[in-house]
Amino acid sequence: MLPPVDYIELTRATYDALGYAPYRWAERPDQPPWTPLAGKLTDATVALVGSGGAYRRGQVAFHWRDDTGIRLIPTDQPATDIRVTHFAYDLEPARDDPNIVFPVDRLRELVDEGVIGGLAPTAVGCMGGIYSVRRTEEDLAPAIVAEVMSMEVDLVLLVPV
Amino acid sequence: MSLVARSLEAAGVPTLCLTSAYSITESANPPRAAFSDLPLGNTAGRPHEPEFQRELLRRAFAAVEAIDIPGTIIDTGMRWDAGDAWKRRATSTGLSRGDGAEIDDRRQRLDTPQYQDEADRLAAEAGF
Repeated sequence: MLPPVDYIELTRATYDALGYAPYRWAERPDQPPWTPLAGKLTDATVALVGSGGAYRRGQVAFHWRDDTGIRLIPTDQPATDIRVTHFAYDLEPARDDPNIVFPVDRLRELVDEGVIGGLAPTAVGCMGGIYSVRRTEEDLAPAIVAEVMSMEVDLVLLVPV
Repeated sequence: MSLVARSLEAAGVPTLCLTSAYSITESANPPRAAFSDLPLGNTAGRPHEPEFQRELLRRAFAAVEAIDIPGTIIDTGMRWDAGDAWKRRATSTGLSRGDGAEIDDRRQRLDTPQYQDEADRLAAEAGF
């Protein structure tokens, strides 16, 4: 098996070939903040946050230039009304099955299986590929933190693309 | 997502990041991550394979209880298929070509809403 695809190296090579300055990926070598899970996973209520550009039919879609907005998506309904938009990955598979970037149906099933305790009634869709680390940390992250803090959940599952 | 995970964790909420882009996640260093070796755009599994997707999530959630060192990335062991053809395609994107316009296969970063289809636009504009 080949090793994992190194997207940082791939981007560097592409930018080099285009004559662009190197893309600056977020680097956080310090020890990450840490909050232990209180209680057991089987009792934990989980909130879903996905950055694959998921929104719900009827909502305004994300735009493709550093959109730091969020969309609130009810989790008690099948993923059939979930749409995805993004400038940087092949959207066709996710449009065919949104669960591969926004696994609401699977999480509901794992609640039924007893793997997790519950699923928060609202999930958060957002748009990855924000070129500004500052805007990610100062605009997007606080909006998601505020939304999650209003939910009283035990764990957040983040699904990037 | 790693940066958002760090913000959440600093606010007192435990997190788990899925990822299929190991180096990006390693660089941004979230508290807990579960890597699956899948093509970009399929972070949570192969399309229309619910059991594959559930198994990926079961293994990822197991990491929440297993990881006790901040910044750990576990490997779920979930793979696209037995071969590496998709990786060869992913890593060969235009790099051997000389023409910059062809090398850059990203879509233009438009600043207006980019709907999946026209029906979505109409639904949104009607305020459903």
